[in-house]
Amino acid sequence: MLLFIEQCLNGLQFGLLLFLLAAGLTLVFGIMDLVNLAHGSLYMLGAYFAATFAAWTDSFVLGALLALGATLVVGMALEVVALRRLYGRDHLDHVLGTFGLILFFNELVRLVWGPAGLSLSLPMWFIYPVEILPGLFYPTYRIAIIVTALLVALFLYILVMRTRLGMLIRAGASNREMTGALGVNINLLYTLVFGLGAALAGLAGLMQAPILTVQIGMGENILILAFVVIIIGGIGSIRGAFIAAVLVGLIDTIGRAFLPDLLRLVLTSRGASTVAPAMSSMMIYLLMAIVLVLRPEGLFPVSSK
Amino acid sequence: MTAALTPRNVVIAVLMLLLAAVPVYAAVTANNFLVTLFTRVLILGMAATSLNLILGYGGMVSFGHAVYLGIGGYAVGILAFEGATSGFVQWPLAILVSALFALVVGALSLRTRGVYFIMITLAFAQLVYYFGVGLDRYGADDGLTIRTRSQFAGLLNLSDRAQFYYLCLALLVVTIYLIARLVNSRFGMVIQGARSNDRRMRAIGFPTFRYRLTAFVIAGAVCGLAGALLANHTGFISPATMHWTRSGDLIVMVVLGGMGSSFGPLIGAVALLSLEEALPVLIRVAASPLFGDAALRMAEYWQIVLGPLFLLVVLFARGGIDGLLAGARRG
Repeated sequence: MLLFIEQCLNGLQFGLLLFLLAAGLTLVFGIMDLVNLAHGSLYMLGAYFAATFAAWTDSFVLGALLALGATLVVGMALEVVALRRLYGRDHLDHVLGTFGLILFFNELVRLVWGPAGLSLSLPMWFIYPVEILPGLFYPTYRIAIIVTALLVALFLYILVMRTRLGMLIRAGASNREMTGALGVNINLLYTLVFGLGAALAGLAGLMQAPILTVQIGMGENILILAFVVIIIGGIGSIRGAFIAAVLVGLIDTIGRAFLPDLLRLVLTSRGASTVAPAMSSMMIYLLMAIVLVLRPEGLFPVSSK
Repeated sequence: MTAALTPRNVVIAVLMLLLAAVPVYAAVTANNFLVTLFTRVLILGMAATSLNLILGYGGMVSFGHAVYLGIGGYAVGILAFEGATSGFVQWPLAILVSALFALVVGALSLRTRGVYFIMITLAFAQLVYYFGVGLDRYGADDGLTIRTRSQFAGLLNLSDRAQFYYLCLALLVVTIYLIARLVNSRFGMVIQGARSNDRRMRAIGFPTFRYRLTAFVIAGAVCGLAGALLANHTGFISPATMHWTRSGDLIVMVVLGGMGSSFGPLIGAVALLSLEEALPVLIRVAASPLFGDAALRMAEYWQIVLGPLFLLVVLFARGGIDGLLAGARRG
């Protein structure tokens, strides 16, 4: 039972991390109608920046803050230089153009940081597990990720639903021309939204960095998971992204943990250990297929524009 | 078809002649590098041609087309591994399994539109990718070496580079011809009509879903055959063949060469794979007067040039190379 709770927490933590990535993706898609495959590259950059800055400043927190700022700046620069020109184009153009950007960023990272991965070590006070339930110890750092991501989700909700900037963002999403005609600087607004999305991706990357190695291409597989999340949640919906991200995180983690045992009940143990890894990787894609068959617009479709 | 002497027709004719001459050149100079490279070009050109049927003519942006290369390849690899080396069994099975998979994926994904379609095709490709990674008996992540090439009862010897090359070339030409015939038929008109305005096509009485699904299955089947060829070419199959970036490469070939053009995908395959070989050399030559020995290191990072190049094609050359050639005639 304790193991189950622990795996649930792991799933929640992974899901919330996915949410950070998916939120930026769904914001950019919902508002600018841009499919950004290079979102995973910003995640990767966040991790590399954090590892570098943390080594310079000798402080994890300071390094993380600097990395967050750096990804924000890179994201805004990327929007101004390249992606702005893709608005209003075909989705195929977005896929192709941002696919090219992935190659560019992977190669740039290899040029700057070299082909070997980096590692980012945590401060001591993050490593010790705390006892959250009698007998259940859980790493402080993972709790910190859960708390941070929940705070970010709350921040996003307040930002989009309760502030003037959020009002402009929603207005820009529903009618670009009209918002512009009312005197809002749409270009600046879009750059800001893209920067926000980039910073969220960077945050996800830098928080994941101490758990995994920081390496080239680290953003690609998780990017696809983030796409699965926003498809299940309904593209453009932050609420949908949140729910779908937690769902995907839980199913993926719990599936990996318990599927081998479940399969062992019906198959031979050799068969189960062969099938289980493949099955658990496939489960979330099956989930997505099922959702799309039942609700082609995702679980929380944004009302049509 | 009129055989007018337009720049585009001249380029295509010269390209086909050069492709046909590659093994002759190799035999004269005893240099097999070009044959190996261009066999790959022909096979991927065939895969890109099949993608063009649904992407260029049908407007269906499938982001998981490389999965059929993998399925076709694994059909050959697994059968060879289990002792069934006859090409008469392997190749039809590669086509059949690919077609069946395309039928399932198409039936589900064609219910959706736009970016949902892009992502669900990608997700199904990932599904198979992870399935391949989990295939412990057949090498899992590391892939499967195919020791015996497909046997054709002495009619063909695929181990002979030139024979295999001409087989690929013939299959490619047949594919291009059949797909050109198909898109200009009534069937092709419905597909293209559904791309421009699906609702209107349905309103005038075409069940477009069935037509689009059929096109999707044909594209998958042809690409499955290309996968069987690819496995025979490399003598190896691994999940990496169907990694999603490979699907991205196929889309690049189609768009780079020219969407909705018969020879466009082949031109795109030639251009992309030549670029991949040539860019490191070009960078080295261009940078060596300025940077000396450092140019050699710079050439390693050729993808830093290739990536933004895709972006430029998207921004400034929507019709791809074929579009530029067609434009040159008008200009």
